Amino acid sequence: MAGLELLSDQGYRLDGRKATELRKVQARMGVFAQADGSAYIEQGNTKALAVVYGPHEMRGSRNRTLHDRAVINCQYSMATFSTAERKRRPHGDRKSTEMSLHLKQTFEAAVMTQLYPRSQIDIYVKVLQADGGNYSVCVNAATLAIIDAGIPMRDYVCACTVGFVDETPLADLCFAEESGSSLALALLPRGGQIALLQMDAQLHQDHLEALMDAAMTACKGVSKVLDEVVRRHLQEVSVLTGE
Amino acid sequence: MLCTFILLVVSFLVNSAKRPSFPPSCVGAAHEFLALVDGQCSYCRIRETNRTYCILYLRSNMLKSKTFVKKTRSGGVMKIVREHYLRDDIWCGSEICTECKQESTVLQKDSCIESDLCSSPHYLVPDTNVVLHQIDVLEDPLIRNVIILQTVLQEVRHRSAPVYKRLKDIIHEKEKHFYTFTNEHHRDTFIEREPGESANDRNDRAIRVAVKWYSHHLDTAESDGLKVVLITNDQGNKEKAEESGLLVYKCEDYIKSLLANPELVDRLALTNDETKDISSSKVLFPEHLPLSRIQMGIKGGTFLQGTFRASRDNYLEATVFVQGEGEETTEVILQGLHNLNRAIHQDVVAVQLLPREEWVAPSSVVLLDEREAKDEDDTEEEEKEKAMKIIADDAARKPTGKVVAIIKRNWRPFCGMLNSSLIKESTRHLFTPADRRVPRIRIETRQAAALLSQRIMVAIDGWPRHSRYPHGHFVRSLGAAGDKETETEVLLLEHDVPHQDFSQAVLSFLPKMPWSITPEDMAVREDLRALTVCSVDPPGCTDIDDALHCKTLENGNFEVGVHIADVSHFIRPGNALDLEAANRGTTVYLCGRRIDMVPELLSSNLCSLRSNVERLAFSSIWEMDDKANIVKTRFTKSVINSKASLTYAEAQLRIDDTNMNDDITNSLRGLNKLAKILKRRRIEKGALTLSSLEVRFHIDSETHDPIDLQTKELMETNSMVEEFMLLANISVAQKIYDEFSECALLRKHPAPPPSNYDILNKAAQSKGLAIHTDSAKALADSLDMAKVDGFPYFNTLLRILATRCMMQAVYFCSGMDSNFHHYGLASPIYTHFTSPIRRYSDIMVHRMLAVSIGADCTYPDLTDKHKQSALCNNLNYRHKMSQYAQRASVAFHTQLFFKSRGIVNEEGFILFVRKNAIIVLIPKFGLEGTVFFDNKDKTGPKLVFDEEGPSLMVEQHIFKIFDKVKVTISLDDSNVQHQKIRMSLVEPEIPGVSVPVPEVGPMAKKPKLDV
Repeated sequence: MAGLELLSDQGYRLDGRKATELRKVQARMGVFAQADGSAYIEQGNTKALAVVYGPHEMRGSRNRTLHDRAVINCQYSMATFSTAERKRRPHGDRKSTEMSLHLKQTFEAAVMTQLYPRSQIDIYVKVLQADGGNYSVCVNAATLAIIDAGIPMRDYVCACTVGFVDETPLADLCFAEESGSSLALALLPRGGQIALLQMDAQLHQDHLEALMDAAMTACKGVSKVLDEVVRRHLQEVSVLTGE
Repeated sequence: MLCTFILLVVSFLVNSAKRPSFPPSCVGAAHEFLALVDGQCSYCRIRETNRTYCILYLRSNMLKSKTFVKKTRSGGVMKIVREHYLRDDIWCGSEICTECKQESTVLQKDSCIESDLCSSPHYLVPDTNVVLHQIDVLEDPLIRNVIILQTVLQEVRHRSAPVYKRLKDIIHEKEKHFYTFTNEHHRDTFIEREPGESANDRNDRAIRVAVKWYSHHLDTAESDGLKVVLITNDQGNKEKAEESGLLVYKCEDYIKSLLANPELVDRLALTNDETKDISSSKVLFPEHLPLSRIQMGIKGGTFLQGTFRASRDNYLEATVFVQGEGEETTEVILQGLHNLNRAIHQDVVAVQLLPREEWVAPSSVVLLDEREAKDEDDTEEEEKEKAMKIIADDAARKPTGKVVAIIKRNWRPFCGMLNSSLIKESTRHLFTPADRRVPRIRIETRQAAALLSQRIMVAIDGWPRHSRYPHGHFVRSLGAAGDKETETEVLLLEHDVPHQDFSQAVLSFLPKMPWSITPEDMAVREDLRALTVCSVDPPGCTDIDDALHCKTLENGNFEVGVHIADVSHFIRPGNALDLEAANRGTTVYLCGRRIDMVPELLSSNLCSLRSNVERLAFSSIWEMDDKANIVKTRFTKSVINSKASLTYAEAQLRIDDTNMNDDITNSLRGLNKLAKILKRRRIEKGALTLSSLEVRFHIDSETHDPIDLQTKELMETNSMVEEFMLLANISVAQKIYDEFSECALLRKHPAPPPSNYDILNKAAQSKGLAIHTDSAKALADSLDMAKVDGFPYFNTLLRILATRCMMQAVYFCSGMDSNFHHYGLASPIYTHFTSPIRRYSDIMVHRMLAVSIGADCTYPDLTDKHKQSALCNNLNYRHKMSQYAQRASVAFHTQLFFKSRGIVNEEGFILFVRKNAIIVLIPKFGLEGTVFFDNKDKTGPKLVFDEEGPSLMVEQHIFKIFDKVKVTISLDDSNVQHQKIRMSLVEPEIPGVSVPVPEVGPMAKKPKLDV
């Protein structure tokens, strides 16, 4: 049996998108009342929740305290029901730990931690349904949650996964497309600074530039959507508070 | 309408109380969601200026989700959920449409195929089965303006890879005007599977919906009565389509109605209408089992899966190679029509083993299916089957089985000829393929009279249970049989050799003439023009890819250089020229014709290292001491100016002529001296010197008919050039492997399994000699020792036999294999570097070497081991096929030669002994032929076959391997398609078997040689 045709001659992908098109993104901020900030995002069939606590005093071991800036603590987990086959360990495995570290690095680059010395910011993300681009969706969710918490950031952190099929870069991969070489990019779109760039597949260097360009464009696309979401949320909130 | 390509799809999760503020005119309007396109609401047409990017607020029905369950490899069930986006920017592709905002159209306005059924212009929409079965018709230039639906394309892709590839080729062809309509993602043509509806029914419905959409869409004022016609062979589908008011025809009816080209009807695949025929005749074959049972059986071990290989000599016998665990393969023998059960050469089949007591030994009978088509009785067949079953002892019996199902058909169009039918006006005919392993095919044609003397191509459509022969249809005619052009065409087609002229796209990548070496080239290349370089090749060679030089250094050492044409300078990776060369893989040398891998401008001019012109080269230069030990190796891109292009004979004359003392001659002598040392050392290490007879035709310069033939002679200079080529190849192999351990393109020659040597051992034992085959070295030594007094040719014969025991050398990618050893050359690593003009592998090796010395840049596919591996597979296939084609060409020219010579008497040696025949080798012509002892018409002589010897007793005389016999050779052209060389015995004289010495016929033509 032939494998999946990821990109047809007519330029359509498995789900009907063109190479540079993103999946449908829906997001909502302030989904939980008790956390300082929270957000829910759906990017196609990938769904994630992000919750932010802080900045608050250091909890647990105090010796991690930094005197010039805040410590960012990230925890990534996947719901047991998030994949087609039920998973036993939702967090704490190597993949989740690695993902937590990546998230931490990403947000240390974006959050203005120097404003909160000797304090801690907790970011918890949970993937409720996984269909490709888990890291990117979590970053986008966490960004919204941080904004919801009112923590100052240099810019939105927008992330997107891109892949490379038939000499063509594909933006925002779904699970079926993720099998080949895929690259995840977290970008601060306004200045075009890269917060995190990760790829663990083989790719010839000649293709890297095209792939990076596609990733940047995709991230900027995501940032527009996130911006829209934030503005709408503020509008709603201000209507409710009667201003 | 989607002007930018980022389609941002956003919809709201907020509940209705919190709906955001819409532009005033949209609020409260009939539509619930806002559709903004290009900053403009597509409902109210109010422009909103503060948006710079384009957002499409899709209505909620534009996103569907596909959910299905799939069985995983471990047997579990997995639920898969996929998104499915619908779009409104998929265009219809028609010239007449004004609605769609397409940039270019595929389908023509005046799409005129004249037909009785549909007089107005129309577009065709075939359904999946029509594409799968009638691809030959669709390929005809007459059929244009066809809409291929995505549903159809996907189904075809799923069901048949070859048809899918052909369909894609048609779609890419501009003149065919085939348009692919992505109906599954179109907003108006997507349908969801209904509960209780099967996947096939859904697809049929999807096709009908798409056709309906097209009919409405194109039904405008400008359309001029343009129709969209659904072509289907499925009665149910047709009825439903008619119900919903579509124009629908059966494929046969439509093709028959075409006015322009009545011959097209012959190309229609016969659809086996089971209901019609089942009553007419009895069932000949057992039923094939359904796939589900086969899968269970293969898993459970009751059935075996393997590739079906029909026997070339016996149409009632075949073997199936079953791939076991790891490397090992087992062979299963199948005998008898019933057990072969409609399998055709190269099919993947499931076989069931027979009980042990029914196992048989492979028969050594030569049987050809030559009976008349009409007689339907099977008695004759059964007799033949019985005759094959000899009572063999248990040792000789091999696993025997029967075909229970066909897993994958591997049909291709076959070349062959029509059998003349007894009834003149009959439209049903039998077709005999050129490949004897393929059964005869029944076809329907009305042009039989015209096709009788022609070579034609036929495709198989199916093989019903009650039919003795498979059913097929006519594809095209190749030309008159026996004609040299036609026969060459046939053998190229049969061996799948790409031989069309190079396309314009390919030629566009050739360098512009006049071409010269630029200063930029000189800057990055070493200037070796002053060196005394010369080339040594066979006579008449125009594609010279190697040249040599040798000079003495001040320290007494020698500098030896091998200069190879720098083809990779002209063929850049990834362009059309490169892809074409990669596909062809190798240049094919036929007698009197060469099918180039690269266009002639490169092969015979710019890349050819001709004398006294400046050429780009890739040089491998060694410093060697006088014991031929390598002191230093280096590789460089260079510019050379060859001082002489010599033939092997000319070079030999120069070396032998003591009066000549010029630079070229001295250089040759130095090379020759070193080569001898290299060769001795190589043989000490265990390299094999094998033998095969190669013949050379002297071809008439005007008629291109062969007028004489001689076996190729080998001179010292042949081996001189060969030694240095081997040295270069080995040095380069090591270098590129060091640099690219994962993706180097290398060549290996596996050691043959011990059982391969059985024939050789038996043959040697018959003369009381022992051959040791434990290692290459032992084999080489014992071949050297094997000599029989008074029989000088014995050793050559033995080496010919040894050659046939060997495995095929193959290209492979170093990252995909662990065993690199080259058995024949006794080298731990080997590759091909020295003939880039005629082998694509060498071009790849050049590119790798260039990267590793920093002379060229790398590119993505070079370091992708999977792509390398796929390339190797193609190169191996092309290489094998080109060898077969060459042999076939030699055979054809041998026939032409004997046709002009009449009857010839020659001496020969018995190479193999079969049950009813001996195979004789004529050293003078390098020709092998079979002498049959049984006769079709009358009772033959008494034959006693001894398996062990092997020997064959005919009346009183015993034939053994290596016996010297005398035969007459003549051309048997009773069968135009399989003209063959007939040999009959002259000596020893056996009454009733041997023939009297005939007068040697006069030469048809005075030979004039052009050497």
